[in-house]
Amino acid sequence: MNDSPLPFFTPGADPGASFADLLARTSPEAPTVAQQAVTEAMVPEITQGTTIVAIRFAGGVVLAGDRRATSGMSIASRRIEKVFPADDTSGVAIAGAAGPAVQMVRLFQTQLEHYEKIEGEQLSLEGKANQLALMVRTNLPAAMRGLVVVPLFAGFDERRERGRVFSFDVTGGKYEELDFQANGSGGVHARNWIKASWIEEITRDDCVDLSLRALFAAADEDAATGGPDLVRRIFPTVATIDATGYTSLDDDAIEARAEAVLGGREEGAGL
Amino acid sequence: MTMPFYVSPEQVMKDRADYARKGIARGRSLVAMSAVEGIVIVAENPSRTLYKISEIYDRIAFAGVGKYNEFEMLRIAGVRQADMKGYSFAREDVNARSLANAYAQTLGQVFTHEMKPYEVEILVAQVGTGPPDDELFHILYDGTVMDEEGSTVLGGQADAIADVLEQRYEAGLARDDAMRLGAEVVGGADGATLAAGQLEVAFLDRAKERRAFQRVRGSELDGILAAQ
Repeated sequence: MNDSPLPFFTPGADPGASFADLLARTSPEAPTVAQQAVTEAMVPEITQGTTIVAIRFAGGVVLAGDRRATSGMSIASRRIEKVFPADDTSGVAIAGAAGPAVQMVRLFQTQLEHYEKIEGEQLSLEGKANQLALMVRTNLPAAMRGLVVVPLFAGFDERRERGRVFSFDVTGGKYEELDFQANGSGGVHARNWIKASWIEEITRDDCVDLSLRALFAAADEDAATGGPDLVRRIFPTVATIDATGYTSLDDDAIEARAEAVLGGREEGAGL
Repeated sequence: MTMPFYVSPEQVMKDRADYARKGIARGRSLVAMSAVEGIVIVAENPSRTLYKISEIYDRIAFAGVGKYNEFEMLRIAGVRQADMKGYSFAREDVNARSLANAYAQTLGQVFTHEMKPYEVEILVAQVGTGPPDDELFHILYDGTVMDEEGSTVLGGQADAIADVLEQRYEAGLARDDAMRLGAEVVGGADGATLAAGQLEVAFLDRAKERRAFQRVRGSELDGILAAQ
């Protein structure tokens, strides 16, 4: 850096296309992903996001998440968003400590756009997933103290012309899923529901319905997952990503689907 | 011991300015115009990969003429500045004016303190909700900033092209007309309309909510230039 109002670097210190490195070089005190220490006693008070799912269909992927955030035994938010666009052709859903997770998403979105502008072309889908893995890895010290963030990353791979789903563990391990994955406290219930119904030829609309059913199943079994709230008109967030890009379904569309889907077999408490 | 010759500050500045102007005059030109649908930027540039016009942020574009490595360095610094600002504050807090000022300060500092001034002229353009809100900041090699209204020309034959453009440009020009006008005038005084292969064309789309910058190329550009 020099005295110029613009961030210039000498060749050896140039951060290249990495926005996180740029932040570290220009403002070393700014935490890129949550690195603040917390004590064990604070952990139950931290706002947690819960169930998210990613399901592949023939021409893309569906990302969905419930809207509840919990803090210990209480509901911290009824309408938190857990599904975000990462860029035009990919999206990220978050489970775990909401604060650092939302911050991670913001950094990730900025990183993808930053790379594209500096380099003049987009990262590959695999490259994006690796970038996110690095951010999850950076969060490990905080995760060891209870601020766990485990995202799901999904997108349309333009070079391979199909949807792909990636999951992560707290150590930054990146695992490509064949067809679907669910995460968060209700994830296991959602995953079982998807596993029983998913077929290779599933269409986009069926995939949206399946994500709603899976989230409903999770909400039925897991106290930290919110179901569709017909009184307040709060519904899960659902986004589809295919060759045309990232599309977030609006509330009316999701309400209509949720009512159609959940009026059937799941109506009773027999689950 | 040898005594250095005395050179008056006026002479030093004049020599530097002449040096920078000569470098810029060798390069090809670029025009930017405010149109109904957004801002149109047309440059003479036969390269498909080394761009003169690029995206800085949501509604802001950058364009440079002169020495490629110098304006490319300025472009990258601008992208960094804008992304850091948008990340620390909010996307809507990033604006062309503060970026233009940062560029002007940098160029001014280099012009007076460094051995060699930058041989560049740059444009920072920001598209607004309507043509009167568009901002075109034209910044010279010595840090002079000009806030242009409607249209501007950068590069070697800027004065000659500006004369022609002044007669033909009018407010309320449509996007495609502006691109055709740009292709006609940007070649310079000899008056030949440039073919799509010689042009780099970009557009800041007023209607876009977020990233407004688009490149217009290939068959799309052929179609626009061929239509009348």
